[in-house]
Amino acid sequence: MKQADYVIIGAGPAAVAAAETLRRSDRDGTIAIISRENISPYSRMALPYFLTGQISQKGTYLRKSSEHYKQHNITLYHATVTHVDPQKKHLHLASGGRVSYGKLLIATGASPIKPPLPGLDLPGVHHCWTLDDAKAIAARAGDGANIVLMGAGFIGCIILEALMSRGAKLTVIEAEDRMVPRMMDDVAGNMLKSWCEHKGMTILTSTRVASVADAGGKLEVTLDSGDSDVVDLVVVATGVKANIDFASDMGLEIEEGIKVDHHMQTSLTDIYAAGDCAQGRDFFTGLWSVHAIQPTATEHGHIAALNMAGRKAAYKGSLNMNVLDTAGLISSSFGQWQGVEGGESAQSIDAERYRYTNLAFEGDRLIGALTIGRTDNIGILRGLIQSRTKLGVWKERLMKSPNRIAESYIANTQM
Amino acid sequence: MQKSLHISADDCTGCYQCVLACSDEHGYDFNPMKSVIQVFKFEDEGRYVPYTCTQCDEAWCQKACPTDAISVDANGAKVVSEALCVGCKVCTIACPFGTINYNADSGKVIKCDLCGGDPACVKACPTSAITFVNSDTAQFDKMRAWAGKTDAGTQQSN
Repeated sequence: MKQADYVIIGAGPAAVAAAETLRRSDRDGTIAIISRENISPYSRMALPYFLTGQISQKGTYLRKSSEHYKQHNITLYHATVTHVDPQKKHLHLASGGRVSYGKLLIATGASPIKPPLPGLDLPGVHHCWTLDDAKAIAARAGDGANIVLMGAGFIGCIILEALMSRGAKLTVIEAEDRMVPRMMDDVAGNMLKSWCEHKGMTILTSTRVASVADAGGKLEVTLDSGDSDVVDLVVVATGVKANIDFASDMGLEIEEGIKVDHHMQTSLTDIYAAGDCAQGRDFFTGLWSVHAIQPTATEHGHIAALNMAGRKAAYKGSLNMNVLDTAGLISSSFGQWQGVEGGESAQSIDAERYRYTNLAFEGDRLIGALTIGRTDNIGILRGLIQSRTKLGVWKERLMKSPNRIAESYIANTQM
Repeated sequence: MQKSLHISADDCTGCYQCVLACSDEHGYDFNPMKSVIQVFKFEDEGRYVPYTCTQCDEAWCQKACPTDAISVDANGAKVVSEALCVGCKVCTIACPFGTINYNADSGKVIKCDLCGGDPACVKACPTSAITFVNSDTAQFDKMRAWAGKTDAGTQQSN
């Protein structure tokens, strides 16, 4: 039986951030990362750029040197964990082997959801989630290929451009009434839709796929309206769920993800969780949320590792935020952009130039923001929200001119 | 001894020479839109404030980068590798100072790199509002205080 002082299940950003922090905090402890995919730890964020051919497979790796993990005395195992025994502190592997741990970090990430529709197991129907998925899509999405993309959420939108750049003809099917419904309000979601239509895509909102059927090597996609079309490839991007099935009978507290306290510890001793599979503290509510984004994953991993190594560190909670490039139109969202009861909001809309800023306030503090068509200094939105800066006179100035974001920060902190 | 930019907004006259020098130094001719130092103008207060990356210890940009494209050079600057950056922009929302930004021309992000240890903005500033001094005297107190507020976690001393 193998054993390590620190065992990490999963090999994404949370896992790698944790392993590196563990090494910095504990020079001698043994650290093992167990990865289900037989490949150097890579970033799913980078897959769209692999799909366009902009980067090679190595370009997706979280750390570029092949010696990185060896240099830091971090052991990578390729194995699938089937079961954890928290009493004996063992992991059971699909291969039949076992690994014993001193402290365990579950950083297994998330997997795409496949809606319960006929035909989604046919060849030519793919998620865009793993490197293998990206390779399969690249093989079918050649010049002139007809593609249906199911889901105009974050992942759907981020691969739009990659698919278009391969010369494909693209139809996007979204069940909700706008694009990126969980990240964008209706002004922003519809601005994105109009942009994509101008780029030559067909965007069908408030529409569902009813079934997919084999059509002699191609795929016949039928919509709930009864319309159908024969296409070369169907990409399914209808959301993700935490990878926690293997942990369901361990006695962990689980809701949408594995619940962790502000030390990233689960309800069981010596077991921690981080990243997309963890339901950690939300910065605003103090309640538990899954924020499946890269910055949260690395923060979780870092805080979990400090605590695993015996250095008490408390997480302030994650702030939901995203930045999205939809075929060249850049949008971002931060915090509670929907606003809160009793709060105020300010909008600046320039539909013709595809520019939009929406700020949400509670009292004279910024609590959320949406932007389209601007990239300058957008990180300041995070800073203003997370530092709970009292804007003073700048609150009214921002209500009148929502784009004076950078000035409001600099005036409040640098002058 | 590590050196840092020290900005004294009180001494800034708003001539924008730092901005022009910065864009030129980084190969964008004299294009203020491509400068990684900005000067903010406050008409009501009659003030100008030069603003750029402090090369903060927390390095949110570096930690958030999914492709290991940001590293620390010999001068302590966080520098972006054009070869490794894929242009995903996650760093631009992770940095609470907003001092790493997307450049649509290159499809990559750009930030202050301290010009390899000889900052063009410092040489261009006629009033010494921007100086390059030993790090322990640079005291980006205001920005550091801000950094502390936004830090992901608090480390307890026990």
